[in-house]
Amino acid sequence: MVLELTPEERAMLEGRHGKATRKAMEIITALGEIYGAKRLIPVSSVQIAGVSYDNLGEAGLEYLSEMAEDGQTRVLTTLNPAGMDMVEWKKHGISEDFAENQQRVVDAFEKMGVVTTCTCTPYLIGNLPHFGEHIAWAESSAVCFANSVIGACTNREGGPSALAAALTGVTAEYGLHLEENRVAQVKYKVQTELKETNDFGFLGQVIGNRTGKAIPYIVGVKKATTEQLKSFSASVATYGGVAIFHMEGITPNRTTIPDKTEVVTEEDLKRAKMELDDEEADIDFISIGCPHASIKEIAEIASMLKGRKVTEGKTVWITTAKPTKDLAIKMGYYNQIEQAGAYLVADACCAVAPLKGRFKGLMTDSAKACFYARGKNKFKTEIRTVEDCIKEAVS
Amino acid sequence: MQGRKIFKGKVVGEALVTGEDISFYGGCDPETGEIIEKGHHLEGKSIAGKILVFPSGKGSTVGSYVLYALKKAEKAPLAIVNKIMDPVVAVGCIISEIPAVDQIEIERITTGQKIEVDADNGVVTPID
Repeated sequence: MVLELTPEERAMLEGRHGKATRKAMEIITALGEIYGAKRLIPVSSVQIAGVSYDNLGEAGLEYLSEMAEDGQTRVLTTLNPAGMDMVEWKKHGISEDFAENQQRVVDAFEKMGVVTTCTCTPYLIGNLPHFGEHIAWAESSAVCFANSVIGACTNREGGPSALAAALTGVTAEYGLHLEENRVAQVKYKVQTELKETNDFGFLGQVIGNRTGKAIPYIVGVKKATTEQLKSFSASVATYGGVAIFHMEGITPNRTTIPDKTEVVTEEDLKRAKMELDDEEADIDFISIGCPHASIKEIAEIASMLKGRKVTEGKTVWITTAKPTKDLAIKMGYYNQIEQAGAYLVADACCAVAPLKGRFKGLMTDSAKACFYARGKNKFKTEIRTVEDCIKEAVS
Repeated sequence: MQGRKIFKGKVVGEALVTGEDISFYGGCDPETGEIIEKGHHLEGKSIAGKILVFPSGKGSTVGSYVLYALKKAEKAPLAIVNKIMDPVVAVGCIISEIPAVDQIEIERITTGQKIEVDADNGVVTPID
């Protein structure tokens, strides 16, 4: 065995810290051996995916309950979106049965000491690592944002392996924890101006589709907001296999610049948009907030909806994290949104809520949301700017 | 055949072999153990109680929980033998305590053959 363990890590593997910690250490050492890691390294932050009961099912819940018998987190750990708003689920049309099971999932995590935030943007609400910090995150969009925009180091973890890191405080040192695996491999020259947030989604879709597993080095993007980088991260991770990108003048990681160059034109972005626009999409569902909307985005949406009314037969979800929703309530944004007949939904999103069969067509500003709406929920999709989504809602 | 231990255990059973990768999430019914991926070589076959031999795993990380569900429903494979272990399957075997070995020349095993999997030592041996 190449993987060397400290006495403390060995004690965990031998079960001296309880059953759950043992199982967690088995997972971590097995992954370490598969990927040829030489040692385990401490992590300072964990983000767990696999929270919605819609994805976990009874078996997943049973596993979590078993781990919760004696498992306790050793580092700051937050949660991905659940299948519903943990408070206002009833008015969003979620069934009693589902709500009960979803609550059991969240309770199991809480028992282990997980901070049950339920958001895909932990970095917006208090789980914010710094440059160079080693972390273990699941949730592909957050992984991509953490590695690329923040410059922290994480592999793309799955639900059980992220939980394992939380319970042991360590992860195996392989993949993106090693400097040599974070180097750019293909240069993408962006030859068009990106204006709206969804343009960044299209760019992520184009580069994700083209790059496969090769790490992109992107030039030609003059400026980007946090919201736009959040959108790009989600899209490039959904459509491609990469968990890190470099954007010249914007992201902080150092890398050599690859010779191999590809060009991204306005035509490419238009084609990406067309790919997400289904013909004859009968739009009855409008959802914004994939990844979860920031307070700035909510403020903008609230002012667009103020004094307007959502058309009958249409459902509007603005999805966000619970602390952001609380802030929106304080600022009056919540009232402006809800009085218009739209919902400000915390903890959940249109990709993981049990929505199959409830709607026919989704309009959104998110390229990632389109992917899951089509695959998992069989909705038709149309992608627009936030402003056009709101126009559609109140038309 | 000498391979590598992924999860411990020693069992003897009948092999079910495919040359195609398996996605447990969406590709295998968690209640019956039947392969349900459209067009898969094993479509319609049950993996329950078999020594399941395939090249590697594919697909969503939720697949780990499907192996766990199969174990709880008593429909899990007896053991898993892979060419290259994928992390989703590895994590699934660990949380469900299914003996697993990889780095095996799976072409040398045929469906219906009786084999022994000694995962502790990473060894797979045909019995007949």
